[in-house]
Amino acid sequence: MSMKIGTEQFKERVDSGIHDDFMRGAVAGAQDGMSLKRKAVTTDEMSNWEDWRNHGEEIRQHVLEYLDYYLEQLSENVAKRGGHVFFAQTKEEANEYIRSVVQKKNAKKIVKSKSMVTEEISLNAMLQEEGCEVVETDLGEYILQLDDHDPPSHIVVPALHKNKEQIREVFEKKLAYTKTSKPEELAYQARVTLREKFLEADLGITGCNFAVAETGSFSLVTNEGNADLVTALPKTQITVMGMERIVPTFEEMEILVSLLTRNAVGQKLTSYITVLTGPREELDVDGPEEFHLVIVDNGRSTILGGEFQSVLQCIRCGACINVCPVYRHIGGHSYGSIYPGPIGAVLTPLLGGYDEYKELPYASTLCGACTEVCPVKIPLHNLLHKHREVIVEKEGKAPVSEKLLMKAFGLGAASPTLYKIGSKIAPAALNPFTSGDKISKGPGPLKAWTDIRDFPAPNKERFRDWFKHREKGDKRP
Amino acid sequence: MKVTLFATCIVDMFQGNVGKATVELLERLGCEVEFPESQVCCGQPSYNSGYVKESKEAMKRMIETFRDAEYVVSPSGSCAFMFHEYPHIFAGDPVWEPKAKALAAKTYELTQFIVEVLKVEDVGARFEGNVTYHTSCHMTRLLGVKEPPMILLKNVKGLKFTELPGKEQCCGFGGTFSVKMSQISEQMVDEKVHHVEETGAQYLVGADAACLMNIGGRMERLGKPVKVLHIAEILNSR
Ligand code: SF4
Repeated sequence: MSMKIGTEQFKERVDSGIHDDFMRGAVAGAQDGMSLKRKAVTTDEMSNWEDWRNHGEEIRQHVLEYLDYYLEQLSENVAKRGGHVFFAQTKEEANEYIRSVVQKKNAKKIVKSKSMVTEEISLNAMLQEEGCEVVETDLGEYILQLDDHDPPSHIVVPALHKNKEQIREVFEKKLAYTKTSKPEELAYQARVTLREKFLEADLGITGCNFAVAETGSFSLVTNEGNADLVTALPKTQITVMGMERIVPTFEEMEILVSLLTRNAVGQKLTSYITVLTGPREELDVDGPEEFHLVIVDNGRSTILGGEFQSVLQCIRCGACINVCPVYRHIGGHSYGSIYPGPIGAVLTPLLGGYDEYKELPYASTLCGACTEVCPVKIPLHNLLHKHREVIVEKEGKAPVSEKLLMKAFGLGAASPTLYKIGSKIAPAALNPFTSGDKISKGPGPLKAWTDIRDFPAPNKERFRDWFKHREKGDKRP
Repeated sequence: MKVTLFATCIVDMFQGNVGKATVELLERLGCEVEFPESQVCCGQPSYNSGYVKESKEAMKRMIETFRDAEYVVSPSGSCAFMFHEYPHIFAGDPVWEPKAKALAAKTYELTQFIVEVLKVEDVGARFEGNVTYHTSCHMTRLLGVKEPPMILLKNVKGLKFTELPGKEQCCGFGGTFSVKMSQISEQMVDEKVHHVEETGAQYLVGADAACLMNIGGRMERLGKPVKVLHIAEILNSR
């Protein structure tokens, strides 16, 4: 899988999303539940939550500002501990490096913990090409993988769009499961199957929540403990990280982990926070003998230093997705990218280009719900707007009819005379479409509005005329 | 106190009643209201669609129009917020940035002006009926005006208030979003209408004419009996 999911056009994807009643029920329920949980451990519980957000923002901005310094420090410290570091400019380079490790180790069985960046670079496809068995060990990802690689619809809860009955069906089909759809029973089945895979694996691959530059350590935040096993059992470990996922020291990591778990799943801490520093050392009882760090650029350095830099502050908590009213109704797959919701609508066109993803920045009312919750204060709705500006003014990719309309609008709005004439003749111009005080079938650009809603007929007397003619103290007619 | 009204184009053309109620209410509270004829549109529809260059002329026109005003007051949170955006839009422009800043500093949404500047919490209104309130996104999140409309509504005699479930959710208007992404917009406004119905309220009240036009237009299409009123109309009834 790569960043792109599905082959349909945006409108078709939205159409199938909107008509998927089950998915919509699941998404709305999950959004409401997660928002309540998030609120309870953020603004409700911590009166200084805003200070935390400011702090989170500062840390992320600082790291981006000095990213080259921290990348170097991180690489040095990983190397000092005996790890290998590879900096991949493109996804192809990342895959080639990982392929070479797999071949050298003659690895056939691979376990993975959840990682968005490995999906971004289509790592699994390459590994399968190599003839490896790759098993996703995050429960959500595992379910999707079993279900013939159904794409994720959320960055934290990838199988959000499936209910337990659907999961039971998948297990029945793929694992000869015979029990009920009770979550405990389903989880037990997954545990039994996965335990086997952990024990057999000769290579473990993880993502990275935060890398600590000062020590060369990596933190992995999970509720299932699967990352613990991926990093403890196989002899070789590869950690793949987006190049921006760094913190200077453990102190900053602690703050960001707090922001992450509270905001992502409404928990003060998750059940497991796994921190790993380099390969196994002499007195260690477990851990990999060989450790590789693959740092992935894949378009990030082009974002750095530009007007979209703040998107790299993202800690992938998913909170913006959980409050997005558009995501609520169309679901994750409609975005056509493994990164859905507001963060996806900002990031995807940057990584995947406007040709493929030019609709995404418009799939927002700019309501600001995302910006309001983002724990590292990314001005998401401003960035969506910025995309529109780039599409219109730099890329010239807006439809011609829209350009003309906006030009006319700009002229009319800027000129009091034109505006006055326009607003004065509006009632007459719209008269043929008006019945009573409303328009139910509008012409031109009004049509899309009146397909759904009535539009008010323009007042016969504009407010400005009323104001001009009235004498102060008059009662209004 | 002298107040310069920024009526907004929607009110000027479609919702004259809201403009009238705003003028009467402010006068009753002791303000002298003026309406500069040269005001046009704040440029928000084209600006939000990405046409920044095209929108700037309208913005400059508005900055000039309100240059000498002491207080600029608007019966629309979203349009008032747009004036607060001007300094960012003209950032780095030696001529227009300072002017934009001056305009932003004196621009208020109507209920915000009443509570924060006039320091009035009870406007002496009376309104019989069960009312629910839509908190518009731009007004609450971006302009940051949350409490003032609540304070004022609470003090209206005879008014029964019922909170709107899911009130923080956008109604699906979003300017050109409502036509560009009409299919998604429809789902959003439908959920909003559903929540309004759940309250059992007879009136849906808001402080942003555009959101009201969206929700109201959908309710009308669906034949829902709920009446839509702007908060100025409630505060101006006695
Ligand atoms: S943009 Fe902000 S809210 Fe959204 S996933 Fe990233 S950190 Fe979380």
